[in-house]
Amino acid sequence: MHRLATIVSCLLYLLCLPAEGIAADDGMGDRVAACTACHAEEGIRLEDGYVPRIHGKPAGYLYNQLVNYQTLRRRNATMNHMVSHLSRDYLYEIARHFAERHPPYPAAAERPGRALAERGEQLVREGDPQAEVPACASCHGERLTGVQPNTPGLVGLPRQYIMAQLGAWQVGTRHAAAPDCMAEITARLDGRDVEAVAAWLAARPVPDNTEPADTPIAEPPMDCGSVPAPDDNA
Amino acid sequence: MHRLLPILLLLLTAAPAVGATDSADAERGEYLARIGNCAGCHTAPGGEPFAGGLRLDSPYGTFITPNITPDAATGIGDWGADDLWAAMHDGERADGSPLYPACPYPSYTRVERDDIDAIHAYLETVPAVAHETAPHDLDWPYGYRPLVNLWQALYFEPGTPADTADADPVRARGRYLVEGLGHCDGCHRARGTFGATDTEADAPGAMIHGWYAPPLADPAQAGLQDWPVAEAAALLRSGRTEHAATMGPMADVVFDSLQYLSSEDAQAMATYLKSIPARTVASPERLIGLSERGREAAMREGGRIYANACADCHGDEGEGGDGAPSLAGNRAVTMDNPVNVANMIRRGGFPPATAGNPRPYGMPPFHQLSERELAAVISYIRGSWGNDAAPVSATNLRR
Ligand code: HEC
Ligand code: HEC
Ligand code: HEC
Ligand code: HEC
Ligand code: HEC
Repeated sequence: MHRLATIVSCLLYLLCLPAEGIAADDGMGDRVAACTACHAEEGIRLEDGYVPRIHGKPAGYLYNQLVNYQTLRRRNATMNHMVSHLSRDYLYEIARHFAERHPPYPAAAERPGRALAERGEQLVREGDPQAEVPACASCHGERLTGVQPNTPGLVGLPRQYIMAQLGAWQVGTRHAAAPDCMAEITARLDGRDVEAVAAWLAARPVPDNTEPADTPIAEPPMDCGSVPAPDDNA
Repeated sequence: MHRLLPILLLLLTAAPAVGATDSADAERGEYLARIGNCAGCHTAPGGEPFAGGLRLDSPYGTFITPNITPDAATGIGDWGADDLWAAMHDGERADGSPLYPACPYPSYTRVERDDIDAIHAYLETVPAVAHETAPHDLDWPYGYRPLVNLWQALYFEPGTPADTADADPVRARGRYLVEGLGHCDGCHRARGTFGATDTEADAPGAMIHGWYAPPLADPAQAGLQDWPVAEAAALLRSGRTEHAATMGPMADVVFDSLQYLSSEDAQAMATYLKSIPARTVASPERLIGLSERGREAAMREGGRIYANACADCHGDEGEGGDGAPSLAGNRAVTMDNPVNVANMIRRGGFPPATAGNPRPYGMPPFHQLSERELAAVISYIRGSWGNDAAPVSATNLRR
């Protein structure tokens, strides 16, 4: 219900205002107006929203997701349908378009209770060696703003969206290229862990520098199939 | 030794020549397989090409397409050219059992042996994939394959019908593609008892995956009789013209198949489609009449929604805009059956990205509209700017 409300409000928002002219984008803004009806530059809500921010994420990551939706490695009826007839070239161009844009981040969600926050922060910063969960920051970057070219940031995402994604890996409706490190990691998290990281992440203040880190992680704790060069843009 | 040499040399020089015709056949076969859209059905989403596994829902249950890569154990690696011919022309599998017409051989039966052989040569070159596909999940009694023998005896006549001779070679080529590999009638013609295609000239269209494939004989529906050949050919290859955009299953067909047509073949198909005698074909879906007051209320509410949510892209007068097709004078809008327009508004989406339209514009989904609102905005676009189609009630949109 909340999710629907967000979509309605962003649709109305977008469609009632003349689209803000973005200079020199070769008309891409209008071509992807269908996307920004939901993934608006503003209006993403971390506390009770669901639609994720896509602006400013690494282009390789966004491209991989669009391909994943097209090939049903990742299931969401709307997204599967939106990209079903688009060529790989065009998907890459769309990914770049959003990767290059950096609208302001939304306000952080409310801080969770102390116990949940502590568990969330522990998982993100240190991981849980006993459960063999590596620290999330060891791959998503110290600032949690992602790492070029294919690892996404974890800041500025709605709480419910993070929970749903971790859950989607657990039940197998979201896959990344094998070896799918996130599938292995989420299999080691229990329901309360998922709730804790999601709540802590959504409540994080956004760092000053929101750019994804340029240098690859020197020694990632696990192999991730999606991390080498972007799926070559064939 | 010396005497052997010339023979060896002959063999060596002859070998590339044999290879060359094989690969020319395979290349032609690749093109023909695109037009037949074999991969469109025989590939699961995200799966290896031709390795099967796509689920096809039908009124008889779910078909799961088989693996047709050259893997001997799980594909058709041990099928020779004769076997593929028997399947495509006669609906008979290599083990002699009958093929369900879910594989559109009632159309492919019109394809010439040469072309089937080329497709066979091509299929031999695609990577063999070991992939055991699940059995079909058909309702009782359709899962009993020998019943298909009965079906074939009643409804299937292999081979080219006698009346396809045509003095115009371009139109003849077009008809050959439309009725054969293109299997357009597989979607665009109603099916009667047990899936037999209605062959009457004024057969209505058919529902496919929740969309209506309108009859190609009716210029007010999908017929191309009134279009210039060049524009019709452009629609087939690019999926989009100024006045129309393909959507739903037709967008799949363009994306997977028709965009690869050579311009000559697109021209030929368009020429034939234009020559189909025009008919007025009634819609199987009957619209429920609205009172004059109901109509006025729908037009008011629809007009308000249109101005807020649609006019930015489709224009104040329905004239269309950058990338958004015109709705004024658009038969997809005015056609009796409103199901496609309702699907398009609910689900949004992009027309296919093709060489002729490589960077399409898209439409957002409006699934938040209530049935009443949806009916109102549809009634509005059907009854404005010179469009003169009957309004639609919410009951018509209930599924
Ligand atoms: C009707 C609303 C809607 C529209 C229109 C829409 N999206 Fe989405 N998008 C979503 C939702 C909801 C999700 C999260 C889905 C999930 O759970 O996987 C999503 C997810 C995504 C993601 C994954 C984000 C991530 O961080 O992993 C990308 C990338 C994306 N969309 C891009 C697009 C593009 C490009 C378009 C236009 C071609 C588009 N979306 C159109 C609602 C929409
Ligand atoms: C070994 C490296 C690694 C570790 C450790 C890791 N991640 Fe990830 N994560 C990735 C990669 C790579 C992706 C992108 C996967 C894809 O392409 O779909 C990802 C994607 C995600 C996403 C999806 C983001 C989006 O926008 O949809 C979430 C959420 C996420 N990770 C959360 C976590 C959390 C929480 C932890 C710690 C418990 C964690 N990750 C630990 C590598 C890692
Ligand atoms: C509309 C979907 C569709 C299209 C298009 C299609 N097929 Fe099929 N095909 C099927 C289905 C479903 C079956 C399974 C039928 C059965 O079990 O009797 C099948 C069966 C077959 C078989 C028999 C395989 C076996 O192991 O029994 C062959 C060979 C085949 N198709 C080849 C082709 C070729 C070649 C093309 C393109 C010229 C093609 N098909 C196009 C749906 C399709
Ligand atoms: C898988 C089913 C399917 C097949 C196969 C198919 N069509 Fe369609 N076609 C549809 C549907 C559904 C529509 C209505 C949606 C639309 O207008 O795009 C349609 C619409 C059309 C239109 C009208 C487009 C417009 O907007 O005016 C034309 C012309 C057309 N098809 C021609 C063909 C031809 C020619 C072939 C064979 C080469 C073919 N179709 C094969 C399902 C199919
Ligand atoms: C962001 C721009 C945009 C908005 C807003 C928009 N549309 Fe569209 N519309 C398009 C595009 C682009 C297409 C072609 C899409 C396709 O074929 O997949 C389209 C297709 C259509 C079609 C099918 C036309 C055809 O020839 O197949 C109808 C009907 C339609 N829109 C009605 C509406 C209505 C009603 C609204 C408002 C509720 C609306 N649209 C809002 C861009 C838009």
